[in-house]
Amino acid sequence: MTEALSLVPKAEAKQSMKDFKSDQEVRWCPGCGDYAVLAAVQGFMPELGLAKENIVFVSGIGCSSRFPYYMNTYGMHSIHGRAPAIATGLASSRRDLSVWVVTGDGDALSIGGNHLIHALRRNVNLKILLFNNRIYGLTKGQYSPTSEVGKITKSTPMGSLDAPFNPVSLAIGAEAGFVARTVDSDRKHLTEVLRQAADHPGTALVEIYQNCNIFNDGAFDALKDKQQAEEAVIRLEHGQPIRFGADGSKGVVRDPATGDLKVVTVTAETEARILVHDAHAASPTTAFALSRLADPDTLHHTPIGVLRSVERPVYDTLMADQLDAAIEQHGKGDLSALLAGNDTWTVVG
Amino acid sequence: MTSQVSSPAEKADGSDGAEGAESAESAESADAAHDTVVGEQRSTPGRRASDKEVRRLDRVIIRFAGDSGDGMQLTGDRFTSETAAFGNDLSTLPNFPAEIRAPAGTLPGVSSFQLHFADHDILTPGDAPNVLVAMNPAALKANIGDVPRGADIIVNTDEFTKRPMAKVGYETSPLEDGSLEAYNVHPVPLTTMTIEALKDFGLSRKEAERSKNMFALGLLSWMYHRPTEGTERFLRAKFAKKPQIAEANVAAFRAGWNFGETTEDFAVSYEVNPATRAFPPGTYRNISGNLALSYGLIAAGQQADLPLYLGSYPITPASDILHELSRHKNFGVRTFQAEDEIAAIGAALGAAFGGQLAVTTTSGPGVALKSETIGLAVSLELPLLVVAIQRGGPSTGLPTKTEQADLLQAMYGRNGEAPVPIVAPRTPADCFDAAMDAARIALTYRTPVFLLSDGYLANGSEPWRIPEIDELPDLRVQFATGPNHELADGTEVFWPYKRDPQTLARPWAVPGTPGLEHRIGGIEKQDGTGNISYDPANHDFMVRTRQAKIDGIEVPDLEVDDPDHARTLVLGWGSTYGPITAAVRRLRAAGTPIAQAHLRHLNPFPRNLGEILARYEKVVVPEMNLGQLATLLRAKYLVDAHSYNQVNGMPFKAEQLATALKEATHD
Ligand SMILES: Cc1ncc(C[n+]2csc(CCOP(=O)(O)OP(=O)(O)O)c2C)c(N)n1
Ligand code: SF4
Ligand SMILES: [Mg+2]
Repeated sequence: MTEALSLVPKAEAKQSMKDFKSDQEVRWCPGCGDYAVLAAVQGFMPELGLAKENIVFVSGIGCSSRFPYYMNTYGMHSIHGRAPAIATGLASSRRDLSVWVVTGDGDALSIGGNHLIHALRRNVNLKILLFNNRIYGLTKGQYSPTSEVGKITKSTPMGSLDAPFNPVSLAIGAEAGFVARTVDSDRKHLTEVLRQAADHPGTALVEIYQNCNIFNDGAFDALKDKQQAEEAVIRLEHGQPIRFGADGSKGVVRDPATGDLKVVTVTAETEARILVHDAHAASPTTAFALSRLADPDTLHHTPIGVLRSVERPVYDTLMADQLDAAIEQHGKGDLSALLAGNDTWTVVG
Repeated sequence: MTSQVSSPAEKADGSDGAEGAESAESAESADAAHDTVVGEQRSTPGRRASDKEVRRLDRVIIRFAGDSGDGMQLTGDRFTSETAAFGNDLSTLPNFPAEIRAPAGTLPGVSSFQLHFADHDILTPGDAPNVLVAMNPAALKANIGDVPRGADIIVNTDEFTKRPMAKVGYETSPLEDGSLEAYNVHPVPLTTMTIEALKDFGLSRKEAERSKNMFALGLLSWMYHRPTEGTERFLRAKFAKKPQIAEANVAAFRAGWNFGETTEDFAVSYEVNPATRAFPPGTYRNISGNLALSYGLIAAGQQADLPLYLGSYPITPASDILHELSRHKNFGVRTFQAEDEIAAIGAALGAAFGGQLAVTTTSGPGVALKSETIGLAVSLELPLLVVAIQRGGPSTGLPTKTEQADLLQAMYGRNGEAPVPIVAPRTPADCFDAAMDAARIALTYRTPVFLLSDGYLANGSEPWRIPEIDELPDLRVQFATGPNHELADGTEVFWPYKRDPQTLARPWAVPGTPGLEHRIGGIEKQDGTGNISYDPANHDFMVRTRQAKIDGIEVPDLEVDDPDHARTLVLGWGSTYGPITAAVRRLRAAGTPIAQAHLRHLNPFPRNLGEILARYEKVVVPEMNLGQLATLLRAKYLVDAHSYNQVNGMPFKAEQLATALKEATHD
């Protein structure tokens, strides 16, 4: 059992994927990437071995946010953008629960941006799954805060004007202790990332590239098409040199002049300089620099995997500690003493 | 009510020793709990040796006014504590600017504290002060308009120099140009005398000067025969880490007292007997509305046997509740200062889902931000207390002033049909009971509840009879533990929206309960199962059911006070209780019959309200808004409710209300 979940009761019997499927009919569009993520999560949950009554999924609003209805756990489908705040109240008062947040790119980064960054800096014990399809699915296809500049949608017939967020960069900037990126179609990778996220004490942000085949089909093809992917995807593994491309022909090195990272062709000369990925580095600088390698338009040089995983004090633990310390210092609260206070007078009948 | 409280008159000239206050408190440790029996402490100051005249009054209104930096709120608080300990009934009105340090010596920077105390039960902080303490020209100028002719004015003459006077537009000194002729002015060089009194303390002039408010307090304490040991104990506790400052303040306080005792200018001192008949037997303390409300929340958590969870974002005048609850973590109270009001209520709602007694505290603009989440709570049918301390609006409005203009926001400020019960306290101490009542409704009916207080109640204070724990209501609830429904095929299942037939409340099944895993959300739910449903008939049914649940909440019948079978009823809600009741007394004393009733529950209204309204020829509704309750009454009961409104950021004055009510009874 991981440290992050040490207070959560274990399941009595061995669980299977079936145990985590609710009786509700799944209603995403056929072919939607959300199905794959749901299957991966349902498939992964038994591995945690937690009592499923102690697992809660909280979501906002959006196609992806229907997720909790399909999990046979406790769940709340809340309001647009507010899931991290609601989950914070639940997780900070109930440390015996494993609390998961499901959110979309609009939900988490537009209307709920404030809650997301504050959840990350606070480091509440939450696992946030951010389904990024680079579009507003539920409201039928407006551009989102992760859409590429110039995106033509119903609300931007001449192309969108605003530069997108890179959710991973944003999370690292918001003091996140755990930040990862994965892709809906890569079940194995997705599951491995979930495993590491679940294992992390505190807030974990997992960005999941998710295809919306109705309003933004093929948004991540550059990362999925076998041929293109070789050039586009940088798979990060802690402790491994950062190499990609056909036969690892490309690598990431630090530019000694600027200190920034750049992609080079691996040669006898550059090989020794290839950066070894350190997800546990105390400083977020390299993780941030890695997140900036991706081209927001072509998605070339998109790192996936765990960019950053460092332990920081966990908010709900600290909160509980303060309650214990208060009792130690002042004794358990005595209501009649509290109400009476220090300055009273008595009227005799 | 008979009482064994000894009459202070017996000891009025206090020739019982002259040990001074030093010995009076020596045995007390600084922060030890302190209880006195009313009247007994009259013997403790014990240094009244002169034979100055002592006059008996039945009530007095004092206003301390000075610069924001002069410590007027603290001075007022201390005088209040002394007065409470003495056993008078009292009511207070702090009035301060929104700026933390408004420019010194200016009119907007004036801070004041009014205290009304009496030998009988009183209801308001008083209309017009009998005594004004003005620490500088700005304080005089800002307050003189409220002071009736013949009243006492104590001025700090040291501040009446050219520049400070010019700053507020006094071309000549009002102390010399005869403009204050109609008043009984006492010129006192407060600053100089304070510095003189502290000359042996080795303090800088500036440091010494800071104690001038304690000098003023000492003088007023002498004038009104207040017990002094509480203040000395307080000062020593407050400055425990700086004993020199503590002693300097005590010395200034005593110097003020002694000044009154010896100077010729103060020939008379006044006595106001304890309000022995105003108080039923019991143990009392003085309490402000926000403190009483905080205690009510803690008590509700204890009585419900649920951990209290507060999600809040600082806003005047609600922040004190966040501060207070944050101090009581040893009661298992969790306080969460969120990034904004939306997150604050979101966290509270999440905690409610997890089985906590969840609260969010805010004021007008914050309520606006929380509206969407309140709607979610209505849909989720989870218990949640939304504490709104109203202030002047719209927008940022008047943060430190009072108003009642958020009633309709509380009532209707959400999308869809989203009824929310509303409970409104009527006095500062009543905030305790109102908080517990709001918790009862939230927990019993699984609903968000508005607890609608205001700035006047929040900061005002009055004596409170401290309840015994066994007098408090039992608020325990039953979480769902197992299936509550049998399907046609005999399977036992859990239906999150299957209701209690009596209360229409749904089960509260908290995460961690095996077998009851379920999903809830803001999308319309099928009756019973709670599954998503877009069925038109189901939606119609659910909307009506949620409304019926709120309409069916048990609230006590409205009581009418109508000794003379009047034709006119005055109906109020919330903090106007004091001024309305005081006005009603005046009318009746002058022989004008008038009936009075006051609403605590604004949603649902008491069942008998319609019948009561129908009984009277005329219904007058005074409110600190433009007629919001009147609008509700007109809509629901088709009654021609007459509004009497004031929205100037201040509570009604009793006299003005009495005049208005008197006119209302005539036409
Ligand atoms: C307060 C509020 N504003 C707007 C909406 C409409 N709305 C619903 S979902 C959504 C965007 C969803 O986009 P995203 O979070 O990316 O989720 P997706 O549907 O793509 O999974 C919007 C604007 C709403 N439900 N609530
Ligand atoms: S609109 Fe797009 S994101 Fe939404 S369910 Fe359909 S395919 Fe999935
Ligand atoms: Mg989206």
